[in-house]
Amino acid sequence: MSSLTGLSATEIARRVGGRDVSAEEVARAHLDRIAETDGRIDAFLLVAADRALEKARRVDADIAAGGASLPLAGVPVAVKDLLHIEGLPTTCGSRILDGYRPPFTATAVARLEAAGAIVLGKTNMDEFAMGSSTENSAFKPTRNPWARDRVPGGSSGGSAAAVASGMAPVALGSDTGGSIRQPAALCGVVGLKPTYGRVSRYGLVAFASSLDQVGPFGRSVEDVARMAEVLCGWDPMDATSARMEVHRFASGLDGRARGLRFGVPWRFLSAGVDEGIMAAFRSAIDALRSAGAEVVDVELPHVSHAIATYYIVATAEASSNLARYDGVRYGRRAGGPGDAKRPPAQGASAGSTPAPAKDHARHLKRMYGETRDRGFGPEVKRRIILGTFVLSAGYYDAYYLRAQKVRTLIRRDFEQAFAVSDVIATPTSPIPAFRFGEKTSDPLQMYLADIFTVPANLAGIPGLSLPCGFADGLPAGLQLIGRPFDEATLLRAGHAYQSLTTHHLARPPL
Amino acid sequence: MARVTVETVDHVAQLAHLSLTPEERETFARQLDEVLTYAESIQALDTRDVEPMSHAVTSEVLRDDVPAPELPREKALAAAPDAEDGLFRVPRVIGG
Repeated sequence: MSSLTGLSATEIARRVGGRDVSAEEVARAHLDRIAETDGRIDAFLLVAADRALEKARRVDADIAAGGASLPLAGVPVAVKDLLHIEGLPTTCGSRILDGYRPPFTATAVARLEAAGAIVLGKTNMDEFAMGSSTENSAFKPTRNPWARDRVPGGSSGGSAAAVASGMAPVALGSDTGGSIRQPAALCGVVGLKPTYGRVSRYGLVAFASSLDQVGPFGRSVEDVARMAEVLCGWDPMDATSARMEVHRFASGLDGRARGLRFGVPWRFLSAGVDEGIMAAFRSAIDALRSAGAEVVDVELPHVSHAIATYYIVATAEASSNLARYDGVRYGRRAGGPGDAKRPPAQGASAGSTPAPAKDHARHLKRMYGETRDRGFGPEVKRRIILGTFVLSAGYYDAYYLRAQKVRTLIRRDFEQAFAVSDVIATPTSPIPAFRFGEKTSDPLQMYLADIFTVPANLAGIPGLSLPCGFADGLPAGLQLIGRPFDEATLLRAGHAYQSLTTHHLARPPL
Repeated sequence: MARVTVETVDHVAQLAHLSLTPEERETFARQLDEVLTYAESIQALDTRDVEPMSHAVTSEVLRDDVPAPELPREKALAAAPDAEDGLFRVPRVIGG
């Protein structure tokens, strides 16, 4: 690893801003690192080298001209491939968007670039962010940099692996049920899911609109805080983005655990957690307590129902959001121009013999069905089927409506817990990185591994995952959950932990 | 509660415009039945007088109704598999 690829985002911005090193040199070092490393990791779906170098030269020119100070000057960033960047393809890890180039750039990406960050490329993910292992990518699996026979977690597995392996100091992901925090935990990096509404979802391809949130990955809480300062804020292009003040998160990091109250839902953690993960979690809590933090027991009586609630709400929303992929507005159409499998002279394309109206309608429906059948992978189909089922006549009240009510109960659980604590601590994932194929045949087992991350999405509150040691040589993640819009305290608590320990400084042997 | 059969999956797949292979129908029926059986735990909760939560954002903020430039039509159509005369083109729907 060259000296530049080992630097934190904070250090890169300081050096590039001070003209100690150029943004172009930093970008080149990271592109070289990708070239030598990604063949073993497969974190990237697309490396946009020319674009990155051109943007870097522009940042260098701006700095040389004495322009405004750029908080992320020259900081290379990897972007999960469901955030639009005009001019580059967006795949969402799916075949159905084959050849699609979005006509606009996501606000989150635009804000990073305006702050001087350099996009290196687009990262691999579970198709449409549905999965916890990145195995559902239509293109390739991504390998965990700590153990290449294991998954990096998901769905933002490419972004987490890129940061863990030194190919990018920071990255962007999205988190609907843990898709930033869980891969951060499995790859030994830091990941933040901000409060729902904190970061604009404009240009983020929708999975479950009431749960999706964009957030950063980094190797330290400080870097993640710097990213969050730039990413958070109101955006007129997203009606759900919040008009809330964004604090200077990074300057508030004082490294003090004393005065913070950590709530631990011990009863919720009592079963089903890997022994090594639980041991790492207990040491983290002990370290915080020894440093003067208060540790209190909290109850979250309804979170044991979070997985059931989540997989009803999320699939219902997904089935609606993914209805748009029908071969009309984007992607490849089954039987349409450019489709190699186009059936001979079937379909009612131009020039075919006029047929009765009923047949025409059938042809259109067949086109939809075939487009979707060829374009979507099994997990996406499974979730569309489940989501359509829970919304269908006769089942809506028993599943969807009831799940929405349980969601209210879960949110209330957190409100009560935050009356006696400032942040709530749990392991991020009950298990460390698993082997490829270990859970693919049993979707329910894969879903159950999201138990600690989905509650924050249901409640709409922020969650942070940070490395807290190892379980059998595999990274363990500590999750901290905060009050709505109180990322400042959440990041302060995470930074306090990182001031006490060195787990975040460990790097995989590559 | 609901038992998911291959017929249920067929019905739902039709609603969702998905064509499935025979193997997918069998597998999905079994897997969805498992997931829904698991999800039945929420049926036991007392949710009387509990408001459903559809969204984490409680106050919807609507923007002022001011005309602004939108995505140009040619950009919106650029990704379409088939377009003509500024419109998305689909297989013929109405007879004639």
